[in-house]
Amino acid sequence: MDAQSITTKERLAIPRQKMPSQNPEVRSHNFGEVNLGYTADLAQREAQRCLQCKIPACVKGCPVNIKIDKFIKLIADGDFAGAARKIKEDNVLPAVCGRVCPQEDQCEKECILTKKYTSVAIGNLERFAADYERETGQVELPKVAGPTGKKVAVIGSGPAGLSCANDLIQLGHAVTVFEALHELGGVLMYGIPQFRLPKEIVQAEIEGMKKLGVNFITNAVAGRSITVDELLEEEEFDAIFIGVGAGLPWFMGIPGENLLGVYSANEFLTRVNLMKSYQFPDNDTPVFNCTGKSVAVFGGGNTAMDAVRTAKRLGAEHAYIVYRRSEAEMPARLEEVHHAKEEGIEFLVLMNPLEFIGNDAQWLTGAKCLRMELGEPDDSGRRRPMPIKDSEFILPVDMAVISIGNGSNPLIKQTTPDIEVSKRDTIVVDITTMATSKENVYAGGDIVTGGATVILAMGAGRTAAAAIHAKLMGQES
Amino acid sequence: MHKIVSAIFLAENIKKIEIEAPRIAKKRKAGQFVMIRVGETGERVPLTIADADPEKGTITVIVQGMGKSTRELNSKEAGDSIHDIVGPLGAPSHIEKFGTAVSIGGGLGAAIAYPTAVALKEAGNYVITINGARSKELVILEEEMRAVSDEAYITTDDGSYGFHGFVTQKLQELIDSGKKIDFVLAIGPIPMMRAIAEVTRPYQIKTVVSLNPIMVDGTGMCGGCRVTVDNQIKFACVDGPEFDAHLVDFKNLSDRNKMYLPEEKQAVETFAHKCNLQKQL
Repeated sequence: MDAQSITTKERLAIPRQKMPSQNPEVRSHNFGEVNLGYTADLAQREAQRCLQCKIPACVKGCPVNIKIDKFIKLIADGDFAGAARKIKEDNVLPAVCGRVCPQEDQCEKECILTKKYTSVAIGNLERFAADYERETGQVELPKVAGPTGKKVAVIGSGPAGLSCANDLIQLGHAVTVFEALHELGGVLMYGIPQFRLPKEIVQAEIEGMKKLGVNFITNAVAGRSITVDELLEEEEFDAIFIGVGAGLPWFMGIPGENLLGVYSANEFLTRVNLMKSYQFPDNDTPVFNCTGKSVAVFGGGNTAMDAVRTAKRLGAEHAYIVYRRSEAEMPARLEEVHHAKEEGIEFLVLMNPLEFIGNDAQWLTGAKCLRMELGEPDDSGRRRPMPIKDSEFILPVDMAVISIGNGSNPLIKQTTPDIEVSKRDTIVVDITTMATSKENVYAGGDIVTGGATVILAMGAGRTAAAAIHAKLMGQES
Repeated sequence: MHKIVSAIFLAENIKKIEIEAPRIAKKRKAGQFVMIRVGETGERVPLTIADADPEKGTITVIVQGMGKSTRELNSKEAGDSIHDIVGPLGAPSHIEKFGTAVSIGGGLGAAIAYPTAVALKEAGNYVITINGARSKELVILEEEMRAVSDEAYITTDDGSYGFHGFVTQKLQELIDSGKKIDFVLAIGPIPMMRAIAEVTRPYQIKTVVSLNPIMVDGTGMCGGCRVTVDNQIKFACVDGPEFDAHLVDFKNLSDRNKMYLPEEKQAVETFAHKCNLQKQL
């Protein structure tokens, strides 16, 4: 079909193209990627659904304003590598964002088709273009401006740090990224599982940045191995971007949380994703043997979905989501909830844990829970869960994962007291520049917002990079 | 990669390993630790920094071969490399001039207590060290300890050297002799630290222990190292590793450290089997 000659009516007649995926029966026993990606045919057909609006609302819905209409047009025209380059003008990590962005709440929500039809599958197309470019070896390194002689340190190699570093290196600054862990990528490596975001993709993006000249240093913990002041004064960096992510996991503060078999989501996912404990004993780090066991994950966000689906893949017979509100209030992406259900995850909603119960050896045996019902809306606008009297019961479980969010890592605050923090210990910034209260120090991502999305962190990294560039080059107004 | 500068056995199965790590050597303070990953598929193992030479750019760790990773580390020689080291981690020891300070190390704990004993001495304390081991062959750092001590005692469980008995008995003897003790640091196996806490509790002597829970990242991210102190959850990696001995729930720590016993056993057996095969080749 010629993309030029197709009428609006014909475009509207094309159904949204389904993302091919691994059979749920099969994939719930392996760590291979769930979604398999569009073929070129599927991608072009989907791209033809786009009406090419004069004023594309989708672009406004994207936190980094990717030129969505333009890249989709390129896919429709068959210039797939061109589409990838168009995306990369605004987004460093399209293969990542195409997979993990909540498009249904951003670009796709604004799509004109959403009202009467279903939105264009923008995320699937983004992923297709990025994968095509990488898999066919057509990745072109962007042009790098001549050296400015300025040095910038980026702390943290997650989405915020990577996008900031990528912009700064292209503007001609010398960039060094400091990462606390032994692998680069932050939450993309330790948090998001292989079956949702293959680690090879993250590493390929980072390799590209190394080729551009970004200097990466692993095993460097900000506030311990190096402090912000040392970077400014001793190592003579002209500016610093802090993108250290969310920090310490929250626990629920109920009895029994220290029993054996109770994990934070961060610990469980780090063991499996970063330390590859699903390959124990070939990899040295062990994790609870879920085979044939009952596992409950407490929480309703994307991290909770990642944890429960991981437990299923490790062999759990029962893998539960326990959430105190109803499914409608769950913060997880619809796609993740849908995938989880397909894989046999059992959803226990309107249920609140009161206590973990253990045996004599202090191993977890169950969670005492209370049933809830929805009352009036609370401050968040969601209906407040209210306990149902005398509804206590014990859910038998062998392993529990607590996935209710993270606080902020205290190390930067402890060692750099002149950076202003909020009551929640997040770093306070001017959101137009991401500048902190300390001269030449900027911050972005979860350390500023609290737990949020990959794309928001990337947007913050870009905003900071632009502000750092303006400041260093004396263009500040 | 970090090069091993020297590696010598101090006692059977206990090795002193000096490793190139210039940034850490410059920054570390007493009481802090590093996470070491021996090889590419290795786990992250927390080890207290026993000593450092900022000019040479090296740190020293003292390692007892217990699990697979520590055995693997102990099989390394000078010239070998290890994959990753990160640090210094943990809050440094709180050092001040207490007056009379007793530093107690049980077994490998002597290696961990040593740098803090040095810092206590430098802060102007009258330092007493008690260095306990099962028997004479397992006593480590005797000379080093003597050099920083105003009084130095060795205890052995079997009486083969020094005081015949446990470190707790020696401490009790010192207290009974009427010596005014202002501060006790105790590092060693959990039962030993718990027993020391009970010795000093009635006298309300400020007592600090260094805890060794299972860790993954060591930077505060995972919460695997959470311990119960004063009925609150604390993370040993960022809030510790040193805590007030009188407030620590030692039973919870001891239970939690048993979480991976079957896996540890399996890993050790596989490692021993591989070593055996290598020897035969």
